[in-house]
Amino acid sequence: MIKLTDIRKAYHQGQHNELWALNGIDLAIEANKVTALSGPSGSGKSTLLTLIGCMARPTSGRVQLGERDISGLPERFLTDIRRRTFGFVFQQFNLIAGLSARDNVMLPAYPLGGDWRALHERADALLDTLKLGQRRDARVEWLSGGEQQRVAIARALINDPQVVIADEPTANLDTALSREFMAILESLKQQGKTVILTSHDPLVVESSVVDRVVHLRDGHLVEGDK
Amino acid sequence: MKIWIERQKALIDFTLSSLARRKLKNLGLLLVYTVIVFLLASVMLYTHALRHEAAQVLKNSPEVIVQRMVAGRHDLIPLGYLEKLGRIRGVQNKEGRLWGYFYDNVVSANYTLMAPSPESHGFGRIADGKIVIGAAVARERGLVPGNLISFRSYTGKLFVFTVAAVLPHEAELVSADLLLLSETDFRAFFDIPAGYYNDIALSVANPQEVRNIASKISETLPDARIILREEVLRTYESIFNWREGIVLVLLSGSILAFAIFAWEKASGLSAEEKREIGILKAIGWETGDVLKMKFWEGALVSLTAFLLGYVAAYFHVFHFSAALFEPVLKGWSVLYPRFELVPVVDGFQIATLFFFTVFPYTVATIVPIWRAAITDPDAVMRG
Repeated sequence: MIKLTDIRKAYHQGQHNELWALNGIDLAIEANKVTALSGPSGSGKSTLLTLIGCMARPTSGRVQLGERDISGLPERFLTDIRRRTFGFVFQQFNLIAGLSARDNVMLPAYPLGGDWRALHERADALLDTLKLGQRRDARVEWLSGGEQQRVAIARALINDPQVVIADEPTANLDTALSREFMAILESLKQQGKTVILTSHDPLVVESSVVDRVVHLRDGHLVEGDK
Repeated sequence: MKIWIERQKALIDFTLSSLARRKLKNLGLLLVYTVIVFLLASVMLYTHALRHEAAQVLKNSPEVIVQRMVAGRHDLIPLGYLEKLGRIRGVQNKEGRLWGYFYDNVVSANYTLMAPSPESHGFGRIADGKIVIGAAVARERGLVPGNLISFRSYTGKLFVFTVAAVLPHEAELVSADLLLLSETDFRAFFDIPAGYYNDIALSVANPQEVRNIASKISETLPDARIILREEVLRTYESIFNWREGIVLVLLSGSILAFAIFAWEKASGLSAEEKREIGILKAIGWETGDVLKMKFWEGALVSLTAFLLGYVAAYFHVFHFSAALFEPVLKGWSVLYPRFELVPVVDGFQIATLFFFTVFPYTVATIVPIWRAAITDPDAVMRG
């Protein structure tokens, strides 16, 4: 479904602090599976995630979504693909403080201009599914870490994306909450979603929910996939 | 189109909840903004309505006034001049007028005294010994019809008059300090001999010919000063413009302070706001969506302030007689007229005020966002 060919990514290219985060990645990610990118800090896993999620373009190489090469598309088109195809769960959750849980969930849908009532119903349904129905009007900063993460997951799902991308999703959670997250991941998989996440948490990479673990080090793939 | 409307609705909704997060700060801004619009709109509405009122009043005044000048000063004009003017073609009516000023020590105010022609004020001929007074004079001296009032003239002689009537409240803008008396009483009071007038008022058959007639008059009567109605109108116009200018200069300090405050508020972007823009971009907002959202933020604040300020100014001017600006805009006087202005709203004036208040603020909100909004969406992931 997603195919990466000889992907390289440099930051500050041509400057004294030039940094090659990825050095020739070839990878095919299957649809309807949970894939984990694992590796130490600075291995390039988050950078790879941003390229897969159309948040940035590779310095060289090709990214294919289905049959379509999306690596050379201008920002506008990338944004459109990003908001229709991908849902993001960030490490710090990145919720907007001061807004209610429901308002945060609906944010990615605003630029699409869909039906207002339907959007509210969809957000409420997602919050109910994630057991946050009674907290929908609470400001996000009043929620616990686990609740915040569930709001972030609901937000990632509001546009019904094919692919959910999660960056270090359990980094800020205790064991119980991490297990809760893995259960949600399981249900996403059952719904037919493709999940790509980064993690070096053994609870995640060793979980049976994860179909494949891709190891990275210094911007290269390391042999020994799960 | 439907999608576009839904999108704008969504953006406005988000903007409103976003503004509600910083309730105190935004309400403070809205309040100051509204006060500024209120002050500016009050001055503009008030002077415009006064100009309109003056034009309405002067519409019925004579087209040409002829005064006699002696040694460069206004002097009494003899009856013979009236006859000479009557021979000029195009002059329809001519009338010698008697008027003067009198300072009343009791209330330290100046009155305007006139001996009107019977048809000009609606009270018919004023009998000798009677006087018709302006509403402000009646208020200051506590007079009602039937009361007696006495004045010591400039010759030192005491005159006693019976108040016959008080001039109607509606005409107070021009008649607050007016005293009307008979021609005989007027001449006696000011010691003006028969056959002399203060000036002559002319009306002309064809208004297009006013300037031609004026030049004929100055040929016929070289010592005459000719005052045209259009010139009087222009003078009023410039007086009100000047007063408007004075008030605006006085207000300019606060306007400038607000401009700096608003610019700082609108253009300064906190780290928190920058972070939020990053999040919005990461979850699928385009640069354009962020700009639209910020546009709505600026537009909602400035439009609300504009509407509130303008409506408040309307009530201030037309229902509370512009109580805040009375001393400057109505003129300097002891006898302030009490009057309610006829509401006049000028579309061009609204557009000007709108352009100078709503437009700069909205622009000031968008410009700095541009820089933040073009950050890469992956910055959130990397940060």
